Amino acid sequence: MNKVSEVQDAVKEAKRIRVRGGGSKPALSQRRCADDTQLLDLAGLQGIVDYQPEEYTFTARAGTTVAEVAAMLEGKGQYLPFDPPLADRGATLGGTVAAGLSGSGRYRYGGIRDFLIGIRFVDGRGQEIRGGGAVVKNAAGFDFPKLFVGSLGRLGALTELTFKVFPRPPAFATVEAEFEALSDLLTGLDAVTGSAIDLHAVDFAPAEAGWRLWVRIGGLAPALAERAGALQEIISGGAGRTGLLRLYRDQEEERLWQEARTMAWLAEGMGLARVPLTPGRIPAAEDLFARAQPASRRYSVGGNLLWIGWPESGGLGETDGKPDAPRTLHGLLLELGLRGVQLIGQGPRNDGLSEGGEGPLLGGPVQNAFLRRISAALDPEGKFGAW
Amino acid sequence: MSVHPLMQALARMYGADRLLTRPAQLMAYESDALTAFQQRPAAVVIPQDREEVIETIRLCHEHETPFVARGSGTSLSGGSLPIADGIVIALNRLDRILRLDAAERIAVVEPGVINLKVSEAAKPHGLYYAPDPSSQSICTIGGNVAFNSGGAHCLKYGMTSNHVLGMTVALPDGEVATLGGESLEGVGPDLPGFFVGSEGLFGVALEITLRLLPIPETYRTVLAAYDSLHAAGDAVTAVVASGLLPGAIEIMDALAIKAAEVGAKAGYPKAPALLIVELEGEAGAVEAEFAQLMQLIEETAPLEVRMAQTADERARIWKGRKAAFSAVGRLAPDYIVQDGVVPRSRLGDALAEIDRLSASYGIEVANVFHAGDGNLHPLILFDGREEGALERAEELAGEILELCVDLGGSITGEHGVGMEKRAYLPKMYGPVEMQAMEDVRHSVDSLSLANRGKMLPAGEAESLTHVGPHPLEKAGVIFRE
Repeated sequence: MNKVSEVQDAVKEAKRIRVRGGGSKPALSQRRCADDTQLLDLAGLQGIVDYQPEEYTFTARAGTTVAEVAAMLEGKGQYLPFDPPLADRGATLGGTVAAGLSGSGRYRYGGIRDFLIGIRFVDGRGQEIRGGGAVVKNAAGFDFPKLFVGSLGRLGALTELTFKVFPRPPAFATVEAEFEALSDLLTGLDAVTGSAIDLHAVDFAPAEAGWRLWVRIGGLAPALAERAGALQEIISGGAGRTGLLRLYRDQEEERLWQEARTMAWLAEGMGLARVPLTPGRIPAAEDLFARAQPASRRYSVGGNLLWIGWPESGGLGETDGKPDAPRTLHGLLLELGLRGVQLIGQGPRNDGLSEGGEGPLLGGPVQNAFLRRISAALDPEGKFGAW
Repeated sequence: MSVHPLMQALARMYGADRLLTRPAQLMAYESDALTAFQQRPAAVVIPQDREEVIETIRLCHEHETPFVARGSGTSLSGGSLPIADGIVIALNRLDRILRLDAAERIAVVEPGVINLKVSEAAKPHGLYYAPDPSSQSICTIGGNVAFNSGGAHCLKYGMTSNHVLGMTVALPDGEVATLGGESLEGVGPDLPGFFVGSEGLFGVALEITLRLLPIPETYRTVLAAYDSLHAAGDAVTAVVASGLLPGAIEIMDALAIKAAEVGAKAGYPKAPALLIVELEGEAGAVEAEFAQLMQLIEETAPLEVRMAQTADERARIWKGRKAAFSAVGRLAPDYIVQDGVVPRSRLGDALAEIDRLSASYGIEVANVFHAGDGNLHPLILFDGREEGALERAEELAGEILELCVDLGGSITGEHGVGMEKRAYLPKMYGPVEMQAMEDVRHSVDSLSLANRGKMLPAGEAESLTHVGPHPLEKAGVIFRE
């Protein structure tokens, strides 16, 4: 579909709807649905509607790819600071909003929820509704843009989006540090995130032996070397917490974070899930992972987000007498009191839309009274899969 | 009124000192900071804990009686104005910081906690709460949440909604819901984001989890005087185009400078326009940025430039700016403040048009604004004792709002729609959008009890008394000093 009116007509006629953008998150867009489910393919709803570099804003149709937008912004020295992930797999703006995805750069100025300032969406009655505005500051009316962040296509179909953008720092530097034990890493993490140093990204992951931490700073190039020195001192803490410390600059540094955006650490054929948490929950999570042995994982946003990779599986239940990975992860998150979303690979749970309990939600339930009431107003017949 | 079954039920819950029904007791609650509107509620209750709040809301729902939650009553849009024959739930005693977790960098607070108290409590840990409305020494977090309050430092770190991670709320029938959590990231629709700024229409926040940030290592504040607003505006354009991202960019016009001088003895240069730019962050980065900023400002031919070298000097620059609103009270008996937003590049056009409107109405307008995000604050001066003065001031205010919408902006950047601007929301959104907001409101609050008559221009509007000063001021109890 490449016209909003086609989307509206399709919604009016359909009994149930599944929305697809670039297909980079198949656990959302390709979930198995009942036969009477209409697929809304919005990849054709493409194009930049307006870009005002001096206003720090742009508006684009929902099927526009993140890659196209990034290239446009780069031409004017600007960027989306929250590092939208999976652009290399064809992620669209609409899909990134619906999945609520922010990457490592979210640490500095906020996530996709903080940069999305206006939306148009088609509701369950087939009406196109505008929310928010086109200026960077706006407190008028209900904040529909924020509501749609993470809505997983279950409140309506996004058709157009307006984002705030920021000037891109002229230079970046990243300090990489190795730690033997998780507890050492967490101490170093606390020292660095509690410091007055303005951090753009703070990620860490298990390494061959121990743990590896990456801390990114940005700004005017002349001051960067000295600032990186101060950062290294804080990370090492003078107490010999760390082993190797390494400083990345320029292209090598850029590649490091490009790999974070593309999830280069995720092996071919692996499923991917996203789990919000806080640094204080990490030791308990790691205790469980030591038993369950996920294929790979990376903590991001200063320990506020976990990306986790598991072998992709066909679906529910068991393979060779063992529970499938999503089911295992679902159980672990329930045990930890956390929630997550499967993005690549089939998920284990019923989300009201998918058939046979293959929805992408993991762990504890999302349902609550406030959301139920909102969902009933925007999509009274539950076409998008009522919350 | 005392025989009303709701009143009887409330009387069973609250002692006489926490259930106010006598006119003399209610007077303080008849208005908020938008003193042009007044309304007497049936009663004010002063709960001490969340259970009392929830029970009060349940009772209001059972008796189909509208209610307004209120903090310090600093709303500039009439957001906490009472509803005639409704209940005011004064949340000031729910003022506990329940948890301050320095390691997780969060504070869990009750709605009656004063904004500035959060930063004070966090300071020993090297942390602070970023949103800084001008009223931060008295306004409450609950009110900030309801109206998505901003402040001078929104450009870089956003408004209240960008700093609320989670909430426990009582919906308008008393059902309790948990929204969000403690992580910077979430799963499912961003419900805290949707609740913040809903102007009390979705219920009452009982517990709010706030994000704390490390206190910036250093600030660099520069004050530049210009021979015209236009020249100050051009300087903003130059700063923004340079790629620098200051924490704050503010402009004041001659009348606002005069007010700041009279009210706060700020010692500002006498000029047609003043620009304040503040950089914040770690010392090394800020020093490099400051050199670039000073070079840019020199190129814009300012009349005079002052740099704050010490915390005291910085405080003095901000004192005049933050006092500008109340100081305007020295220039005229009454004023209305608007907070429309225009695209940054249209600031010059907007100010020229406000100037023209001011002249054609013969009404003085002082301008103080957050130039970095195009957020205007025209202060429209009038004397409420003059016949028809308020009406004409409101008419002028309305024209400014329409101007903001015509320029592609918003009718409010941070004060909210409230009572004051509800007639203008449909100028910003079409009938389909207004209906969608009505539908959501109705689905959340089927009886339209929570802050009825605010934000949405429904036929349920209350008739209002239009008078100048606050009832307490008229009664000689408070003075605008």
